[in-house]
Amino acid sequence: MGILDSKVPSGPLADKWTKHKNDINLVNPANKRNIDIIVVGTGLAGGSAAATLAELGYNVKTFCYQDSPRRAHSIAAQGGINAAKNYQGDGDSNYRLFYDTIKGGDYRSREANVYRLAEVSGNIIDQCVAQGVPFAREYGGLLDNRSFGGVLVSRTFYAKGQTGQQLLLGAYAAMNRQINRGKITPFNRHEMMDLVLVNGKARGIIARDLVTGAIERHSAHAVVLATGGYGNVFYLSTNAMGSNVMAAWRAHRRGAFFANPCFTQIHPTCIPVSGDHQSKLTLMSESLRNDGRIWVPKRLEDAQAIREGKIKPTQLNAEDRDYFLERRYPAFGNLVPRDVASRAAKERCDAGFGVNKTGEAVYLDFASAITRYGKEQAMITGIKNPDEDTIRKLGEQVVEAKYGNLFQMYEKIVDENPYKTPMKIYPAVHYTMGGLWVDYNLQTTIPGCYAAGEANFSDHGANRLGASALMQGLADGYFVLPYTIGDYLSEDIRTGAIPTDAAEFEAAEKDVKQRIDRLMSGSGTHSVDYYHKKLGKIMWNKCGMSRNANDLKEAIDEISTLRADFWQHVRIPGSADSKNQELEKAGRVADFLELGELFAKDALTRNESCGGHFREEYQTPEGEALRDDKNFKFVSAWEYKGEPKDAILHKEDLIYENIELKTRSYK
Amino acid sequence: MSGLIKSSIARKVVMALSGLFLVIFLGQHFVINITSVISPDTFNSWSHFMGYNPLVQYILQPVLIAGVVVHFIMGFILELGNNKARAVKYVRYNGKSNAPWISRNMIITGLVVLAFLGLHFYDFWVPEMVYKYVEANPQDATRYYAETVEKFEPIWRTVLYIVSFGLLALHLLHGFASAFQSMGLNNKYSPGIKAFTKIFAIAIPLGFVFIAIYHHLNPITH
Amino acid sequence: MKLNLKIWRQKDAKSKGQMVDYPISGIEGDMSFLEMMDVLNEELITKGEEPVEFDHDCREGICGSCSLQINGEPHGPDRRITTCQLHMRKFKDGDTIVIEPFRATAFPVIKDLIVDRSAFDRIQQAGGFISVNTSGNTVDANAIPINKHIADEAMDSATCIGCGACVAACKNASAMLFTSAKVSQFALLPQGQVEAIDRVHHMVRQMDLEGFGNCTNTGACEVECPKGISLENIARMNREFFKANLKG
Repeated sequence: MGILDSKVPSGPLADKWTKHKNDINLVNPANKRNIDIIVVGTGLAGGSAAATLAELGYNVKTFCYQDSPRRAHSIAAQGGINAAKNYQGDGDSNYRLFYDTIKGGDYRSREANVYRLAEVSGNIIDQCVAQGVPFAREYGGLLDNRSFGGVLVSRTFYAKGQTGQQLLLGAYAAMNRQINRGKITPFNRHEMMDLVLVNGKARGIIARDLVTGAIERHSAHAVVLATGGYGNVFYLSTNAMGSNVMAAWRAHRRGAFFANPCFTQIHPTCIPVSGDHQSKLTLMSESLRNDGRIWVPKRLEDAQAIREGKIKPTQLNAEDRDYFLERRYPAFGNLVPRDVASRAAKERCDAGFGVNKTGEAVYLDFASAITRYGKEQAMITGIKNPDEDTIRKLGEQVVEAKYGNLFQMYEKIVDENPYKTPMKIYPAVHYTMGGLWVDYNLQTTIPGCYAAGEANFSDHGANRLGASALMQGLADGYFVLPYTIGDYLSEDIRTGAIPTDAAEFEAAEKDVKQRIDRLMSGSGTHSVDYYHKKLGKIMWNKCGMSRNANDLKEAIDEISTLRADFWQHVRIPGSADSKNQELEKAGRVADFLELGELFAKDALTRNESCGGHFREEYQTPEGEALRDDKNFKFVSAWEYKGEPKDAILHKEDLIYENIELKTRSYK
Repeated sequence: MSGLIKSSIARKVVMALSGLFLVIFLGQHFVINITSVISPDTFNSWSHFMGYNPLVQYILQPVLIAGVVVHFIMGFILELGNNKARAVKYVRYNGKSNAPWISRNMIITGLVVLAFLGLHFYDFWVPEMVYKYVEANPQDATRYYAETVEKFEPIWRTVLYIVSFGLLALHLLHGFASAFQSMGLNNKYSPGIKAFTKIFAIAIPLGFVFIAIYHHLNPITH
Repeated sequence: MKLNLKIWRQKDAKSKGQMVDYPISGIEGDMSFLEMMDVLNEELITKGEEPVEFDHDCREGICGSCSLQINGEPHGPDRRITTCQLHMRKFKDGDTIVIEPFRATAFPVIKDLIVDRSAFDRIQQAGGFISVNTSGNTVDANAIPINKHIADEAMDSATCIGCGACVAACKNASAMLFTSAKVSQFALLPQGQVEAIDRVHHMVRQMDLEGFGNCTNTGACEVECPKGISLENIARMNREFFKANLKG
């Protein structure tokens, strides 16, 4: 166990959280008024945490780099949010959600955390409905559900294809209520540049006002980091352009351990890359796999003819198509977990069956669904012996009602009509399961520094199930952190306001200014994007969907060289004391250049294949992942020691008392 | 209440209500005027009633004038505020791509209609007031038809009337249906209101134009 | 494809800005509009000039950050999309493209094409919420059935992304569509009834204080809204406002 103490409470799994809540210290309401909390990041986790903490009575300061909390990238989550409500009566339960999540995560997450997540999941839905989140409903007026990959029940609540948006706006509204009361002071267009530790405790941050360029000191009794994931280390990802690892990495450099950096989720259904100019990738919701069937041509010559534009996909008969997910995984079919679906697509494309110009795309086909729904509608509306056109028309209407906005988005980007011709999709970096190591209380290895949502590592193991990110963000923010942080803050009731003129703040501010000066003084040959794109290429090619020791070693060297080049030759026009988007990007890319190396090092250390981490050396003859529970049933938590290559590995052994470890099978 | 009238929504409802009131008046005015084409005697007797009925003279007339003034002043205040809301203008503003000309230029059509009202007052209302209250002439229930027809003798006035009613039509085309939206009515009846607006906004001004042309072409021979 | 860009450049909020011409070539139809801007900025940086700053984040049409007035229309000539979803195939070789920030007195320019839309936040802070504690100790989510059509309508209102295109398109720079979308969402749902009176009062008052213009029902906002928020929302807000005034 080393120095990592997960602080998981004792007792039976199902009672741990209740018992813990009863055991921990509370801060009385009068004292809460004297305690300040900084929340960095205002997405689902940060926004909900800020609102709840302010509601409890703490003074909260929020920070986000966007112009408004409502723009956080949680907003882009399309498909839905899981909750073990069992409204469908299909046998769902907290235990089943817990089990699915652990299994989906390929047995690399902490039992107690995941169970707690499942336990509070139902509350999230109650809470959000009370806030006015307009979830989809059935004709009877009750909430509707759909199913997502890797599970056998329907437990996903959704609001059209904009679930993340609606949940975020709910949290944003809860924040607004507290801003209106003066309990939250929002600092928008501000970026956290460093974490300030006083006597070993997190006591504030150094932030940059992105409009004026001013460097500011902000103090608090605790700091919550809810700054999302680091998928943009790949340059191309489904993350927002501004998503970055800066806050987490600054904390890491100040002593917070970074856990499982190599656990990255590659989402199977994204719009394929169209050219070198591409700046970001667009996700097509996993919900599409409810009705879409994924295939490539069976014969290589057909695939080639399609790539050359000689034949159209609709010309191929069913027997000439390879529905490879249905073939390989008959039990789950097109609804296998994301890592499995992604790798299967890559395998087909690598074998030469890709269907777009670059050979990196597979089809997601709605023709069968359209026919099926069309017949059903014809039956309902009493049309006898409907012809093909009528069935098609009726079917398209149903599909449009379900996925209209996604289809429209696809058509705008690709310029093809997905009702008439199958969509082309390819996997893309989407989510990072790794993040700051936290204990059961969501506290990092720095006392007083907490991490919530995607920024921490805690719940998804080596692979996250669809519709679970929203669940975790809100669980952390609404229901976990507000309790656990009180335990820590109960010792601070007599501390009084933290002065920002302490030597520690002075020193941290100096560090920040020096770093900015160094960035601005690069001798100037290449733009920040040039380096970011290069880093992305290394990451995608050598640390992407499948990895091997050789590539990873090369990646470590290449990233290290690239980083040195960056600090010497990056060119940032403009000045540091005004709005400067290039400088903002530079600071973020500088941290990606360190994280990327640690990422590769972590992947190299983990000699097994699990979840999103697939090492080519460790696979079955059929190409399935080969997990090694004997040697790698642990969380890798890295301690910063200067260069990423010098980072020290600490292991948190994962103890499974309630679940028997099995080979994950979706066959 | 003072807070209410400062609110943007209350102001636009004031525009809507005063506008609708003027629309009703316009309809009534038309009904009387069209009789001048059908039956000069009816026209005379209706006009006389309007001119001497105390309810019309001392209550409806001031209310009507107030309606015009309120509609105009509020329109002007709103226009000024709206102008201030975009202090720096666009170099390129493609307004026609997302809204019809008439809806974007109510102030222009409105000002033309207002100018026309000035002429109209000068032509009819001022002489009427002078006749009745300044010179205190005796009642004469037969004078109205001749006075009206006489006014349309000069071609310039007839043309001015035609142009003004054209712009009034444009003003109504947006304003009438828009008033319902302002008052919060946007539902299954809205398409019907829009259709009625089109008919009313074109038919009524066209009717006035017809009356003007008719009288111009059929002068009373002395 | 070769294009002639005319772009508003402004150093900061206090400086005077002006339009600057930027010829650009090598643009492909598959590029998004913002990727075209990336190409321009890369060129500018290489030449040692300051790149054109513009707000953008998710680049998939949902965060509401991007806010360009393109050839006189917010988010450009295409409909039901944001600037980041606009693709260059909508333009022809040799086109001149005029790019300006969203203009409104309530949206002051911060730099180049970036404007300050915090007025929208303040409108939401004034009442765009339901005052329910986030403890989770509420009734079960299914305790109050809500008619599907009403729930769907509330969802339609709730899809507003707060980009400000409605304000930018409106000849009066009015924020009625934005404000009414939130008022409508809560006015439709049973959860929102309790605070309905205060909500519409406070939000409308804040909207007026911010210096937005008035609504003259031109409908430009509805046409340009990337999410298709309907004018019905404004009518509903007007109704709510009067109901609120009648009730006190």
